[in-house]
Amino acid sequence: MAGIPHDHYEPKTGGEKWLHSRLPIVGLLYDTIMIPTPKNLNWMWIWGIVLTFCLALQIITGIILVMHYTPHVDHAFASVEHIMRNVNGGHMLRYLHQNGAHLFFFAVYLHIFRGLYYGSYKAPREITWIIGMLIYLLMMATAFMGYVLPWGQMSFWGATVITGLFGAIPFVGDALQTWLLGGPAVDNATLNRFFSLHYLLPMIISALVAVHIWAFHTTGNNNPTGVEVRRTSKEDAEKDTLPFWPYFVMKDLFALGLIMVIFFAVVGFMPNYLGHPDNYIEANPLVTPSHIVPEWYFLPFYAILRAFTADVWVVIAANWITGGIIDAKFFGVLAMFGAIAVMALAPWLDTSRVRSGRYRPMFKWWFALLCVDFVVLTWVGSMPAEEPYATISLIASAYWFAYFLIILPLLGVIEKPLAAPATIEEDFKSHYGAASGTPAE
Amino acid sequence: MILRKIAIAAVAALSLSGGAGLAAGAGGHVEKVDFSFKGPFGAYDQNQLQRGLQVYTEVCAACHGLRYVPLRTLADEGGPNMPEDQVRAYANQFEIFDAELDDFRARVETDHFPMSNLSNAPDLSLMAKARAGFSGPYGSGINQLINGIGGPEYIYSLLLGFTGEEKTEAGVTLYENTAYPGQWLAMGPVLFEDQLEFADGSSNSMEAVAEDVAAFLMWTAEPKMMARKQTGLVAVLFLSVLTVLLYLTNKRIWMPVKRKEKNA
Repeated sequence: MAGIPHDHYEPKTGGEKWLHSRLPIVGLLYDTIMIPTPKNLNWMWIWGIVLTFCLALQIITGIILVMHYTPHVDHAFASVEHIMRNVNGGHMLRYLHQNGAHLFFFAVYLHIFRGLYYGSYKAPREITWIIGMLIYLLMMATAFMGYVLPWGQMSFWGATVITGLFGAIPFVGDALQTWLLGGPAVDNATLNRFFSLHYLLPMIISALVAVHIWAFHTTGNNNPTGVEVRRTSKEDAEKDTLPFWPYFVMKDLFALGLIMVIFFAVVGFMPNYLGHPDNYIEANPLVTPSHIVPEWYFLPFYAILRAFTADVWVVIAANWITGGIIDAKFFGVLAMFGAIAVMALAPWLDTSRVRSGRYRPMFKWWFALLCVDFVVLTWVGSMPAEEPYATISLIASAYWFAYFLIILPLLGVIEKPLAAPATIEEDFKSHYGAASGTPAE
Repeated sequence: MILRKIAIAAVAALSLSGGAGLAAGAGGHVEKVDFSFKGPFGAYDQNQLQRGLQVYTEVCAACHGLRYVPLRTLADEGGPNMPEDQVRAYANQFEIFDAELDDFRARVETDHFPMSNLSNAPDLSLMAKARAGFSGPYGSGINQLINGIGGPEYIYSLLLGFTGEEKTEAGVTLYENTAYPGQWLAMGPVLFEDQLEFADGSSNSMEAVAEDVAAFLMWTAEPKMMARKQTGLVAVLFLSVLTVLLYLTNKRIWMPVKRKEKNA
């Protein structure tokens, strides 16, 4: 399946040939696991395996949790307590699932920023990037709906605030919000549909993950130099690559092991650190929490949502131009989704012909600033909507858009890139000495 | 370089936003308490939980309930670890309406604690996880990372935080409390010196009593804490060994690739 020349599976025994001529599944698995992989991949290329693990962990723990959970407003909170107290190992299952979501997002952000730095989104990997963005969107939807299921105070009020965003859409907003909720407010119908979708979306994510892997197995992995693997012959390709098994499987498993040590320490010793205390209070439509905060992984985009208040000039301008159709609330919603949209459009916004940020002296600094910007947005998203946080979030939001819409297109024109090595082999040898190279026989 | 920056940025993002108690507990003053169950190796003190149960029963239960806590769990090893006959005797003091009998009967171990008697007295089952202490400067979450989220400390501080000031608002008497976020709450001071006697002769000072009941409420909120920490410890140890083995395997596999001709 890969475009890089390499050895393919050859059925040897009669049984293998019989199966291969009917269903070449062994060949598919062989080609997938033996795919030639650039040998200079660094430690930022381990997040894919962590994410695959997270998806499996969430699906397995989730399936078992569903066996004990009751999706009804009168029973949901109590059924989670039932899992925590009475189900054998239930407290571990629930904490694994809850903290698994945190690890999932932690890994996906590092995975995305890896792609942004090394230009993994650039041709010919745009489809991989777009599929990845779709997976990320579905992850957010799934996590949001999953957070509603325990039916705590933050579940209920988070759901009320977020579905309220759809109510901000002009003309159809109210009708759309009612349709999404299954009624005028967050209630049993909402809980039931969120439960159904929380179970469905991971299946779609799994399918998209398969397509994501298929896409980058077709183009081959990117690598820290951004230089393509030589495809002129199998011999040339072998100088640049090593088979995924065992070289990268072992490397990835080692990294996963290290991350699992930290993950289990969090689950075992501080499982509620990343959660919110208010969610241990059962949902009450009559009592609004003093400060409604989403989970940390939504905070950067939550900050962008809140940054554009009615007194910001772009909002005033948009309001005036559209004759009042776009108000501050709707502008915030557009900005929030727009922030993800501009990231998804990175392959077409980045005009530089050099793929890897390693050889882009100016880009490096703007990218580092984007990382800082992301952290700042996360932080202001958690703070109350008052000064000085309002101004900080406005500046940070502006930089997010500027990076994708102004800096990326301009840099390709004004920047003088450094010389990238001619081949991956050359890069690898510069790290490990001229004698290094192909595996021993 | 840049990669390290990303990693640091991401870790910072995690801890910055991690402060679980961004809202709850903000504003009030929460004391530090050296509970026995703190830290990865901390464990519940069974005697303290039993004393806390006594405080709960004699003081808190007048108004509050523990609707999610099955009485049988009082016999749990990772909890108060009371003898079965004592648990039965304890359960029998409370009545419950049995729909099948169409009458009241004495509670048994499989029933739960009674619910709150007063409609405005919140259930205490999960209170120690539903409240928090100071998360850290600028919402950084640092304090909670080091000292824990601070739920039981909040309960302790609330019980001892009454200033003695009262006011009446719309016919309701409110009491000033330094731990409560809004300063004024409807619950009055409930702990007094020498209010109760412990059978084990333990101190019955207000501070000791508050600490005992706060520990008990942490147990009602997180009854499986001991099992969880043990699982965590075993998992961390096992995975550490596995990770070392994987590290060595990985190193061995890559060695010939990275230094082929030096070895040859």
